[in-house]
Amino acid sequence: MNTGMLRIALKMLFGNRGKYFGMIAGVFFASLVMTQQLAIFTGLMSRTFGFMTDTGLPDIWVMDRNVQFIDDVKPLRDTTLYRVRGVEGVAWAVPLYKGMIKARLSNGGFQSCNVIGLDDATLVGGPPIMLEGKLADLRRSDSVIVDDVGAAGKLAHPPEYPGGPRKPLQVGDTIELNDKRAIVVGIARVSRTFQSQPVIYTTYSRATTFAPRERKLLSFVLVKAAADTPIPVLTERISKQLNLAAYTNDEFSWLTVKYFLKYTGIPINFGIAVTLGFIVGTAIAGQTFYSFTIDNLRYLGTLKAMGATNQLLLGMILVQASVVGLVGYGLGVGVASLTQLLSTTSELAFRFPWQIMAASGTAVVVICLVSATIALIKVMRLEPAIVFRG
Amino acid sequence: MGQGAAIICRQLVKSYRNDNEVTPALQGINLEVQRGELMMLVGPSGCGKTTLISVIAGILDHDSGDCIVLDQDLKSLSDRQRTNFRGIHLGFVFQSFNLIPTLTARENVAVPLMIQGMAFHEAVARADEVLATVGLQGREHSLPTHLSGGQQQRVAIARALVHKPSIIVCDEPTSALDKATGHQVMELLRTATHNSGRTLVIVTHDARIFEFADRIATMNDGKLEGIEKGRAAGV
Repeated sequence: MNTGMLRIALKMLFGNRGKYFGMIAGVFFASLVMTQQLAIFTGLMSRTFGFMTDTGLPDIWVMDRNVQFIDDVKPLRDTTLYRVRGVEGVAWAVPLYKGMIKARLSNGGFQSCNVIGLDDATLVGGPPIMLEGKLADLRRSDSVIVDDVGAAGKLAHPPEYPGGPRKPLQVGDTIELNDKRAIVVGIARVSRTFQSQPVIYTTYSRATTFAPRERKLLSFVLVKAAADTPIPVLTERISKQLNLAAYTNDEFSWLTVKYFLKYTGIPINFGIAVTLGFIVGTAIAGQTFYSFTIDNLRYLGTLKAMGATNQLLLGMILVQASVVGLVGYGLGVGVASLTQLLSTTSELAFRFPWQIMAASGTAVVVICLVSATIALIKVMRLEPAIVFRG
Repeated sequence: MGQGAAIICRQLVKSYRNDNEVTPALQGINLEVQRGELMMLVGPSGCGKTTLISVIAGILDHDSGDCIVLDQDLKSLSDRQRTNFRGIHLGFVFQSFNLIPTLTARENVAVPLMIQGMAFHEAVARADEVLATVGLQGREHSLPTHLSGGQQQRVAIARALVHKPSIIVCDEPTSALDKATGHQVMELLRTATHNSGRTLVIVTHDARIFEFADRIATMNDGKLEGIEKGRAAGV
């Protein structure tokens, strides 16, 4: 198609503003809904392994074989740590406690907290960002570090007067964990997790004193592979020798995601929303594009009578569908990106990797192809003699 | 008139099939239109006039007989060849103008040139020249909706002339116009014919324009009832 006919195709498209904006709206709606729902789904799913994201230093997580996801802790004997350290190829191995413990608040209420007990000597697995205090402050007696969202939210002090603001938990404040005193020595920022409980970091030995009495308290063993030992080899070795599960960070993240995909209705709910977005978008864009073609049938017939080949008319329709697709997709993804930008400080789980853009882009291409095909069939069958009908 | 026939129809037959029903539209038409001639086709509605010009223009297949246009047997051409043939050798003027409403007058006129591959700027420059010859200088950038019926038909005529076709096929070119405007349009068409040796085939019901015809062919029930010389031929 030469530039002249390209201009004609575009002017025919832009000139019919009602139909043009209708088609754009269809594609925009479809790409926005699909992109946004997929991004929220991805955001929610990535929250399920938020703790693993923060604990990036170890190569391998060792746990009971029956663990299905990160919060499904099946405690191990303390001796497991030494057995892991004894496996060839392990550079170092440290214990990690993870469990739910009730904190007593200053107003007398209780709040379940996600308590993380770090290796006393190395503090491996600590929070990624310290907002106040230092990680090393955990070596002080009774010390804990609290995440900023929990400190300002569920663990915050009650208002001083009815209707007044709640005062966030601060460094130096004291809370009770399972009737034992804990002093806040730091405020940290951690990745949001699927559960919304406050996160409290302390040392492993102190965590075991906070925890209810149990024979076994070791949740995970975090392992670093020796430089000359490939990580897959070491995970297999630990798994075989100790009859335990050993996963890399990515493997454990996927195990967790798969659990939520399998045992919760989340994928179905989001899948329905995404499918609906696709169907409604296709219906709106397809119907409007079809109606746009019907409106133009007389003129397409005139072009055909004047010597325009089917290929030329198909090219014009594909150009029109591509422009509608590009503009609608751009707007949809643009609004989704804006949502991501505005949601960085909010509770909204929103993660927008390039794969989502590619997926919604593919869906938009399908929508445009379906719309264009409906129109193309009409044009291919078009009798140029239509131009002589009044 | 020029030398030889521009259009030759011999025993032309065309029927429309709808489910099991066959409706004859052309029943053995024999017609010759000379180069440079202005031929009018008249007759009652449904008599086959539009079908005949559709076949002559190569936009409808005939069932049997011969239709030779500019020495080319249309039946022997493939779909694509026929489309190209139309684009090069034929111009069209329609009853309802068929101007693309979102294009300006010059763009509408330039379309046949761009279909043939001419670049946009070259095509609109040529369109401007032709618009001037039909008296529409200064209205090049007007949209069809901003033009009167007569002006729109003049744009349509400019579009039919712009690529210098040998044959122009017109379907009721004046029926949507008042008498004076209809006469102006016919003057334009006649000038275009006589000055360049083009052949014009006009389907019409409009007796007010019969005076412009060289010959008038009367059709009825898919048959040619007779051909008589028009007033333009000195009768």
